[in-house]
Amino acid sequence: MGVARYWREIPARYNLIGKKCQVCGKIYFPPRYVCPKCRRKSIGKMEDYKLNGKGTVESYTIIYTAPPEFEGKTPYAIALIKMDEGCYLTGQIVDCKLEEIHIGMRVEACLRRIQEDGKRGAIYYGYKFRKVES
Amino acid sequence: MREVAIIGIGMTEFGELWNKSFRELVAEAGIQAILDAGIEGEEIDAMYIGGMSTGRFVGQEHVGSLAVEVAGLEDLHIPATRVEAACASGGVAMHQGYLAVASGMYDIVVVGGAEKMTDVVGREATHILASAADREWEAFFGVTFPGLYALMARYHMHKYGTTQEQLAMVAVKNHYNGSLNPKAQFKRKITVEDVLKSPLVAEPLHLLDCSPITDGAAAAILAPLDLAKKYTDKIVKIKASVQACDTLSLHSRKRFDSLPAAVHAAKKAYEMAGIKPKDVDVAEVHDCFTIAEIIAIEDLGFVEKGQGGKATEEGLTSLDGEIPVNTSGGLKAKGHPVGATGVAQINELVLQLRGEAGKRQVKDAEIGLAHNVGGSGGTCVVHILEAV
Repeated sequence: MGVARYWREIPARYNLIGKKCQVCGKIYFPPRYVCPKCRRKSIGKMEDYKLNGKGTVESYTIIYTAPPEFEGKTPYAIALIKMDEGCYLTGQIVDCKLEEIHIGMRVEACLRRIQEDGKRGAIYYGYKFRKVES
Repeated sequence: MREVAIIGIGMTEFGELWNKSFRELVAEAGIQAILDAGIEGEEIDAMYIGGMSTGRFVGQEHVGSLAVEVAGLEDLHIPATRVEAACASGGVAMHQGYLAVASGMYDIVVVGGAEKMTDVVGREATHILASAADREWEAFFGVTFPGLYALMARYHMHKYGTTQEQLAMVAVKNHYNGSLNPKAQFKRKITVEDVLKSPLVAEPLHLLDCSPITDGAAAAILAPLDLAKKYTDKIVKIKASVQACDTLSLHSRKRFDSLPAAVHAAKKAYEMAGIKPKDVDVAEVHDCFTIAEIIAIEDLGFVEKGQGGKATEEGLTSLDGEIPVNTSGGLKAKGHPVGATGVAQINELVLQLRGEAGKRQVKDAEIGLAHNVGGSGGTCVVHILEAV
């Protein structure tokens, strides 16, 4: 992967910077250019918005067959997470036993290594999620 | 808009066809369809060919030109267009062909779909197929294509009590149907236990919950209904052709237990055809994973939301059931050469509506429905066909 392709996504992938529609107030992550609710009215009114990083597991899966860049890391958990701001995203669940993961589990974002470009290439970081002790 | 008919079909055997190249597959399906329709090459006005990732599977883009060369039609300089919408490429090619004939622009149109998936190794295929998902916000983080359907499966199981056994029953049924289809990749019957004992791919989905990697091609010849009678007396009419789109990523959808694009396309297709779900005699649905068929029969209105697993268990969708689904074996057993699938579904419906489906023939089938999905639901195409 060209480094620029990774670099330009850093704000969203490191700091969960999404977008907030200044017309209806709805928050979007991953970032969107147009609010699907306000459409034309939202043009030019989608402003950066940092998520607080906390959310709830809506569904999850354990990946056993992975593409080349994730080989050797299986099994790992992937979840659909509903962020407290109302938007959903997809991310790995780490730092807990796979059996502990369940729908409704509270999680928070943490910055982790996601993949690397071979042994000598760039290392790509981004968000993963860990359990929040309640 | 003119009424459109299908006057010919063709399909290669589906499977790991190591001795056949991409262009041989395109040629074989196209030639079969032309012979079936009884048309001459010079009568063809245009071609639309579905292919999901020919560039990455065989390093070949520009498939329209390739198809013209394969068909020996270069001196006629007919327009041929490759169409891409992930696993719905074939269905979208059908929709484009339909529009071209219905509009009056062209009379005889060849619709095709082809994918040669076994020229790359399995791990590479997994990476290519993940391009049907959102590369930056899904695949980048390690989610695979089966993983996305696994997320939907877990959600459906949690919300409605759908069981792993019910998922497995979809595979068992489709393998049984595949055993009756000479062109299917898997002609082997399996049991619920076989599915549950097969290795996990993306929990809760096992290997036998997933459609395979397949080589294959399929084609169909379209003509205006008025002109169709000139070529054949085995006319199948296209009563509805609808395409609908949704977000690329699963996490941005309104629902995870349904494909809203499928619900929308089905509703519009039923309106266009002037029928209700219960009028459908036979359906080919996009069972790329067992959960996908359960969600499909709900989205198409064959059963209430949440009842797909139970209905499958009770035999509603079996060959002798009320609405036989995936009589061909579906993507699961017939095979899933991604770009060809949408056109292969049309092939099966045409066979059923002509009464030529052999051992898997549904008695007195008059109305057939095809449901072809791209990605995790970003595109859905629904066709409704009727025997004339």
